[in-house]
Formats: sequence, structure tokens, C-alpha cells
Amino acid sequence: MSDPAPDTAAAADPAADKRSNRGGGPASSTSPPSAMAKQSWRDWLNDDAPKSRRQAKLAAWYRAWGELRANPMAMFGFYILVALVLIAWTAPLIAPHDPFDQDLAARLRPPGSAGYLLGSDSLGRDILSRLIYGSRITLYIVALVALLAPVVGLFVGTAAGYLGGWLDVVLMRITDIFLAFPRLILALAFVSALGAGIENAVLAIVLTAWPPYARIARAETLTIRNADYIHAIKLQGASALRIITRHIWPLCISSLVIRVTLDMAGIILTAAGLGFLGLGAQPPSPEWGAMISAGRKFILDHWWVATMPGLAIFTVSLAFNLLGDGLRDVLDPKKNSK
Amino acid sequence: MTNLLDVENLTVEFPTRTGPFEAVRDISFSLGRERLGIVGESGSGKSITGRSILRLIRPPGILKANRIALEGTDLQTLSEKQMRDVRGHKISMIMQDPTVSLNPVMKIGDQICEAYRLHAKASKAEARAKTLAMLEAVLIRDPERVFNAYPHEMSGGMGQRIMIAMMLIPDPQILIADEPTSALDVTVQKEVLEIMDKLVRERGMGLIFISHDLNVVSTFCDRVLIMYSGRIVETCRADALHEAKHPYTRGLLNSLPQLEHPVDRLQVLQRDDAWREAASVSGAVKVGAAVKSGKAV
Amino acid sequence: MSAQNEIRLEHLDVWFGSGHARVDAVKDASFTVPRGDSFGLVGESGSGKSTILRAITGLAPSWSGNIAVQGKPLRGKARTKEFYAAVQMVFQDPYASLHPRQTIDHVLSEALHLHSFDRPDERIVQILDDVGLAQSFRFRYPHQLSGGQRQRVAIARALIIEPSILLLDEPTSALDVSVQAEILNLLTDLRAQRGLTFLMVSHDLAVVGHMCSRIAVMNLGAIVEMLNVADMRALKADHPYTRQLLDASVQRRRVG
Repeated sequence: MSDPAPDTAAAADPAADKRSNRGGGPASSTSPPSAMAKQSWRDWLNDDAPKSRRQAKLAAWYRAWGELRANPMAMFGFYILVALVLIAWTAPLIAPHDPFDQDLAARLRPPGSAGYLLGSDSLGRDILSRLIYGSRITLYIVALVALLAPVVGLFVGTAAGYLGGWLDVVLMRITDIFLAFPRLILALAFVSALGAGIENAVLAIVLTAWPPYARIARAETLTIRNADYIHAIKLQGASALRIITRHIWPLCISSLVIRVTLDMAGIILTAAGLGFLGLGAQPPSPEWGAMISAGRKFILDHWWVATMPGLAIFTVSLAFNLLGDGLRDVLDPKKNSK
Repeated sequence: MTNLLDVENLTVEFPTRTGPFEAVRDISFSLGRERLGIVGESGSGKSITGRSILRLIRPPGILKANRIALEGTDLQTLSEKQMRDVRGHKISMIMQDPTVSLNPVMKIGDQICEAYRLHAKASKAEARAKTLAMLEAVLIRDPERVFNAYPHEMSGGMGQRIMIAMMLIPDPQILIADEPTSALDVTVQKEVLEIMDKLVRERGMGLIFISHDLNVVSTFCDRVLIMYSGRIVETCRADALHEAKHPYTRGLLNSLPQLEHPVDRLQVLQRDDAWREAASVSGAVKVGAAVKSGKAV
Repeated sequence: MSAQNEIRLEHLDVWFGSGHARVDAVKDASFTVPRGDSFGLVGESGSGKSTILRAITGLAPSWSGNIAVQGKPLRGKARTKEFYAAVQMVFQDPYASLHPRQTIDHVLSEALHLHSFDRPDERIVQILDDVGLAQSFRFRYPHQLSGGQRQRVAIARALIIEPSILLLDEPTSALDVSVQAEILNLLTDLRAQRGLTFLMVSHDLAVVGHMCSRIAVMNLGAIVEMLNVADMRALKADHPYTRQLLDASVQRRRVG
């Protein structure tokens, strides 16, 4: 009748119905084996019959983590991002210099010169230290955008998709209007209206980034809302708000997470672009885009000034893309539904 | 003269987190120019058995067999290219849902013509004539109209007739039908089965009919293999299915509600772990005997 | 609130679309289901039998006529909290009727929460027992269960809020025959224990004949004949379509 995907082994076996029904599994402890060996933790997480809500949830996470771990490219991306977070967190400890410290005597040193591993810029600031501190700004932008844009999109998309009617028309036309603007130009307009600065750059990016998420959330909602399990919960008397937030969101979130991760690269690049145009982070701040912009003047004679932050942007963007690809394989909502 | 198909010691394995799962375990059977039914519940391995004959087990599934021989040639020794020739040309398969097997943006007639021309080097006009004849053979009243229609314009019953036409047009020796009528209404089901039955018999083909429906199998087959948990637990003549001895077969028969024999409670199948451990019964028949049992019906 | 009839349908029409695209799914259907009775709707695909259930539950887009549940007339698509507390439904495909990301425990607690029941833990333990599922299933996800087990969960979800009417939309057509027998027995037992009223839809005459005391046969959106189970078992039918269905069903049985 169907493909015997290994995971359905239990489901594919009608005898399982009877065998495990009455007997009840061998009784194991109801609490996590706190002080026990690692092995039993794994058993606890792999238990086919979890004993509590927490165990069921953790086991599901553990299973997803196991799948992600089996994908070397995704793990490579994951490790880069973990490293990025660590670097940003410990910046004052690991940066060899103060990122704002100017030393005009040591300006435009090439990479590898004493004390300046990645060289120095036109004001004699250590590029490595600036990159390390710049990771904080990058993470700040990424985190803010990742928190705001998908949430706006999720609200708009699921409401439009589930409630339908004129609300759907109005919300989706607004989405279309935002989609019709060229992204960078709209961001430029916002920043020039609100003034340059990181927060305003983030706001501008969010304003241009949410419409695709709304579209994805709406498309997902349209397929989900006619599923029997949504009908079933409706027949239990759940309100529209509860159905959307408790039953539809959990299913949309995985596709949004995937999309956000894949979009992260673009968001970093947009932020860098705004910085490059002088509309994002402002000069002394070691934002990577602004650093490229500053290095532009010397690109022919002193290539490293612009190249080093470029490489940093490239590495982080690539890491997000690799992780996003891996997450898509793990989180795909269509995978477990059958 | 040999059997059309001989399968010896077929095992299909799927790796799972808890170790390999054997979906089909060491079964043997043969097929002559007869109608062989394979019945069992979901998860019994009947569909996988059908697919393994065509080597359609996708990795990570592993197929192991001593022999899967089509008229004496072991299919396991063929290259993937030769295997493509076998599929469709010598062995055809009809699936449960015709809509997934038909290309939605291509006219039905063109799809059947293409299936024909892939195997027989025929001209377009010849293929068209043959297609129309075939559509008529599956009792489609207006073949011209259906020829120019798209799959979504067809009902389930029509779709399945078209699949039968498409699968039989290259004149295969064996037809594997995997639950071909389970999605259809009872009245339509009977018509489709009768069409298939007639064509298979007229052409002297071998039919492997995979179904969960004991009644349908006993009507439209000569011989039946009953599968449980990847093994063949019993084999018998289809017309003697209601005299089956194995407790599993009996349990399946008894758990059906009957209109004329009302009961307060339906009999529930009591499963026995010994069934899954017991060795497979061989579904192979000596060459002469196969022909005889085929004629006996 | 003289609730002699739990469900009463008068001249129900249900249609999809409008103008030229209008499709009449149900035409002028009328029947009543007394309290504690078990009523069956039989027909082939497209006969409109499931659409009647959808109209009652407010899932059908547009309908006219009268529907009354426990003496209270229904209007449009909106249903009251009392309606949801009294009427529950079990869907055809157990693979599609359970939320893929919710454990059994979550599904059942949500139902209890929506109807403000106390002692959720006790009730969940009890209902799992009632539908014949071991407690070890409580925190599993649907994909870890077989079809029969899922359908038991769906029945538990419907019954945990203690409704008096259960709508059954082909509850066993996606299941193996041996599992079908288990589920049908379970439904029979639960009906006896809880004094439930059943309205069951099926394409299988034998199943409806086993479960229901009165049967309406539907064809192309209309009820062509109503008969009680004794007549049906005796194969006494007036309408040619009913006879055709009975013939097909019995013929299949004779061989087996």
C-alpha cells in the first residue's frame, strides 16, 4: 500500500496494536536518570513510550538533532555560527587591540605583520579586532531581523490564510505592495527618512523582509486549514485565534525557520550594503559593510582592508545557507505527516 | 516449458534506528500463466513483494534473493538498462491510484501511444490505431474523446481502465496489479476487475493480484498466497479460500461483518507471535501443476 | 427541550459554488435520529453522505432547510459551545485527523481545556483505558502509532468531553479488516456504556448493517430509500439502486 519507510515500522505492523496494548512496557523510572551514565540519557531520549510531556518534547528535539548531526555540511555551518557567537561573546578577551584605537604610524600594514594578523586599516586600526567586534553588530542585526520579520509575516499570513474573505484580500494586497518595492531602495528610503543608524537599518530590513514570510505562512495555512485535524479541533469548539496560534503556528514555524535561515545571508548582505552606502552603522563602528566601504578607496594598493570583512561576510552567509539547507531536511513538515 | 516467474528466497530489508527491519522474509513462489493473488493486511509485505519483482526497492532498502527468474533469466543479473526494458515491456504494474501514474498535462491518448512506441518501433498512425483499439478493449465507449482528454477529466474507474489499457498495450507477459480497485466504489470495482480479468485471460498472461480484500481475490484469482508479517503463512486455491486452515486466514475471514448473518460482536483476530516466527510456506508450484491449477477454475 | 429526536433534518439542501458552477451535493434530505439510536447513511462516493455530516457540524459552505440538534435549530456555519459539547465527530482517515506535531496527551488535554473539565490527568488515564490504549501511548506522537491505534485516539478525543451524539464518517474504511472489527466492537461497547446516539456514514453495507438500526440509502445527493436493518438483512428493498448495492455486497460475501 505504501512505502515502508523505516520510521513507520511500528505503524506498518498491525500486530503492534495488540502486543503493546495491554502489557505495558517494562516500567522504567518516570524522572530523567539524573546522575546516571550518558548511555541511559540516550535511552531515555530514544524511549518509544515517553512517560511525560517533557520527555516527549525532548525526545523529538533529540531526534531532529540526530538527523541534523548526520549532515556534515549543515554541521559545518552550525559550528561556524557557534564559533561566531562565542567570538562575539568573548570579544574583549580575544581581540588583540581596541577596535577604535588609531595608530597612524601603523596604518595600512599588510596581513601578517607583527601585531596585525589581518593587517591594519587606513587609520592604523587592527582589522582582526574590528572584525571580532563587528561580529557583535552582525549578530545584533541578524537576531533583531530574525525575531521581527518572520513574526510579522506569521501573524499576517496565518490570519489571512485562515480567516479568508475580505481580510485575506486586504492583507495580501498590502503584502503585494511591499513586495513590489525593490528591497534595497525601500530600505534606503526608510533610512533616509528616519536617519542613519543600525536600529533604523534593522527596521528598514524588517519592513522589506516580512512579505515573503507572510506569503509562505499563508500558503501553508491554506493547505493546513482544510486538514481533518483542524476540522476536529474546530469541532471541539476552539476559537479561530486559538486554532491559529496553537494549531497552525507550530506547523508553519518550521518552514519559516528554514526560510529565515536561508535568508540570513541576504539580510547580512543587505545590512552590509546599507553600511557600505553609509546608511547603516556609522563610521567608527566596526560594522563589516562599513569596513568594506572604508576600504574601497584603497582596494587597488591595499586589498586586505576591504577583503577581510568581505571574507567574514562570505563565511557567515555561507554558514547560514548550509545550516538552512540541513534544517530543511530535518524540519520539513511534509516528511512526518505520512 | 518453464514457469513465467520463479522467486526463490526473497528477502527485503530496511535499516531502522533499532536495527534492520525485514519487510519480506525469505519467501518463495512461482507464477505460471495463471492469476495469483497475494493477500494480507497493510504491512504484511505484499506490495513490497510486487515491487521487488521489478527491482523497484529504493535504497536504503536491500533486496536479497537466490533467484528472481523471468522465464529462466535471473532479473538480478540484468543491468539497469535491461531492467527498464523488462518493466513495462515484459512485466507491467498497475498501482492503486491511477492519477499519480498519469502525467496531468499530457493527453491520455498521447501517453498511451508513447508507452507503446517506447517498446514497439511503430509509426505514429499505427500507435494511434492500436491505442484506440486498446481503449475500446477496456470498454471505453467513446475512445476518440478519451484519447484527447486529460487525466483530471476522468473518474476513478475510467482512470483505472486507462491504466489497464496503457499497461497492457506493450503486450507484457506478466501484469502486477497492486490494489487496483481499492479506491473505487463497489459497483465500479466489479466492472474494472472484469475487464482486467478478461484481457489477462485472453492474452494468456500471468497476473499477480495484490489486495487486502479476500473476497475480491477469491473471485478473480486461481491461486492465493496469504502473507503475514513478511512471510507466506498459507497458500491455497482461490475457490477454496473459505476453507483455509491457517488461524490468521480464518481470523481475517471471520472478522468481516456479514449482512445476512448478523452478530452482536465481531470476532476479533487473536494474533499469535508464533505466526511471525514460523517458516514461510512455499508458494512455488511445479510447472505441470501450475498449468493444471490454472485450468481447474 | 423535548429531546426525543437528537438529530432532525428537514428538506436539507447543500450546495457548493453558485450560479453556473453550483453543484448540489445534497438534495431535499429529511430524517430523524431518536436518542440512543444508531442511524446509517449509505452510498457511493459523491452521493452526498459525508456532506450531510459537514452541514450538521458547520463545515459545509452553504445549505438550506432545517437542522435541529437536541431540539435546537442550527443556522449557518456558526455553532454554539453547547453544540460542540453535545456533538463530536470521528473522521475517515486516522492518518489525517491527528495533528502531526501533538502528542496524544496534548490532543486530549486540549479537548478538556476547551470545555473546562477538571481533573485532566485522571480523565486522560480513564479515556485511554476506555478505548483500549495502554498508558504508554500517552506521550507518543501520531506517527509512532498504527492506523488502528490512531483511530482509537480519535475516538478518545471525541468522547473525552462526554458528548451525547457521535458522528462517524467512514471510521473504518482506511483500516484493515481485523482492525475494523476491533474498532467496530469498541464503538458498539462505548455506545452501550454511554448511551450515545450514532450517525454513521459508510460505503460498506455490511458495516452499516452491523452497526445501525435504521439506514438511509443515498444516490446522487438524494435519499432514495430508508429501511430498517431487519429488512436490509432480509434483502427486502424497493428501490432498484438499493437492490443493486445489496446485490454487490452479498455477492462478494457468497464467494468468501
